[in-house]
Amino acid sequence: MDNAYDGLTDAGEERHWAFGTGFTAALAGVDRAIPDVDRAALAAYCLMLGDDALVYSQRLAEWCSRAPELEEDVALANIALDLLGQARLLLTRAGEVEAAGRDEDTLAYLRDEREFRNVRLTEIDCGPGPGGDFGTTIARLLVLSTWRLALLGQLTASADPVLAAVAAKGVKELAYHRDHAAQWVLRLAGGTDVSRARMIAGLERVWPFTDELFTTHPVEAALPGVAVDPATLRAEFDQVIDTVFGAADLDRPEVRQVAPLAGQAGRDGVHTEAMGFLLAEMQHIARSTPGAVW
Amino acid sequence: MTRSSWPLYEVFVRGKRGLNHVHVGSLHAPDDEMALRNARDLYTRRNEGVSIWVVKADHITASSPDEKDPFFAPSGDKVYRHPTFYSIPEDVPHL
Repeated sequence: MDNAYDGLTDAGEERHWAFGTGFTAALAGVDRAIPDVDRAALAAYCLMLGDDALVYSQRLAEWCSRAPELEEDVALANIALDLLGQARLLLTRAGEVEAAGRDEDTLAYLRDEREFRNVRLTEIDCGPGPGGDFGTTIARLLVLSTWRLALLGQLTASADPVLAAVAAKGVKELAYHRDHAAQWVLRLAGGTDVSRARMIAGLERVWPFTDELFTTHPVEAALPGVAVDPATLRAEFDQVIDTVFGAADLDRPEVRQVAPLAGQAGRDGVHTEAMGFLLAEMQHIARSTPGAVW
Repeated sequence: MTRSSWPLYEVFVRGKRGLNHVHVGSLHAPDDEMALRNARDLYTRRNEGVSIWVVKADHITASSPDEKDPFFAPSGDKVYRHPTFYSIPEDVPHL
């Protein structure tokens, strides 16, 4: 080695940046071959996981400029951007497997409500709108990040190399999201009487949508070895939630679950009344100026 | 209703190629643990850091601008404190 200081830098890094760059494309070098399974089911499964991330990202982004403190504003936006990144990779994969010429933007902006496959917990208003507040938002973040971390943890072993790679990238992100939520649950539940009451009310708001997270869909059942059966995630979810609730001295909410509608729920494209408004806001620019770029 | 704000913290980040932690800015947080997480979200979004220190701004004792002369001026003319009286080989970087 000519220069002892070279050991401190990454090879090939642009040296004029003070902190280095060192960025790599999210799925660089991943085999994109499509496994020998039911392609329609695989495309639908990629949509399910992609729509969860996309719709929840849209909800979290509503906090931009409206969080209780500037620092929390950035934290929630970072989480939303992590999820948006996962959504882009998953919708791209869905389009690729479907092979009907739809890219990530077409899938995000030009599908109607009944074609979205996200679970309903991602779409309901948990604040800053009238449907909740910061406590409700943290309650949903705890539930969804605990569930999705367990899901992606299993998905790293998927027979689809792209899904496995998205999951490997996602578990690091979700581990932080879950930690952020748990830290806030502890502080809100152990803070003032008001913060504790709001934390409990927030959990009661989101809890009716938890059973849906663990219901196996025919698409998931049709993809053994590729998809994760969500029914198998319950044990890890319960264990994490019990740990957090134990530390925060909280009880599980005793509330009735929101039942599917005639046997159908988010994964079948049957959504709550909030979904249409969410999509209107998310899609209207793309639909009113088709093909616009900047 | 009055709203009390969170305490101020100062943030120090060690970059990938840096040998020491460098002051990068400040933030508000309800406690030490959240300060560390807020620092991660505010100051390492672009892959800047491998290590973060946070310290309550209250805990920093700083030199006063009024004492600038007695503090720093006396070293200005002590040329013998500077290692400038020997030649440096071409292949020694970062001195």
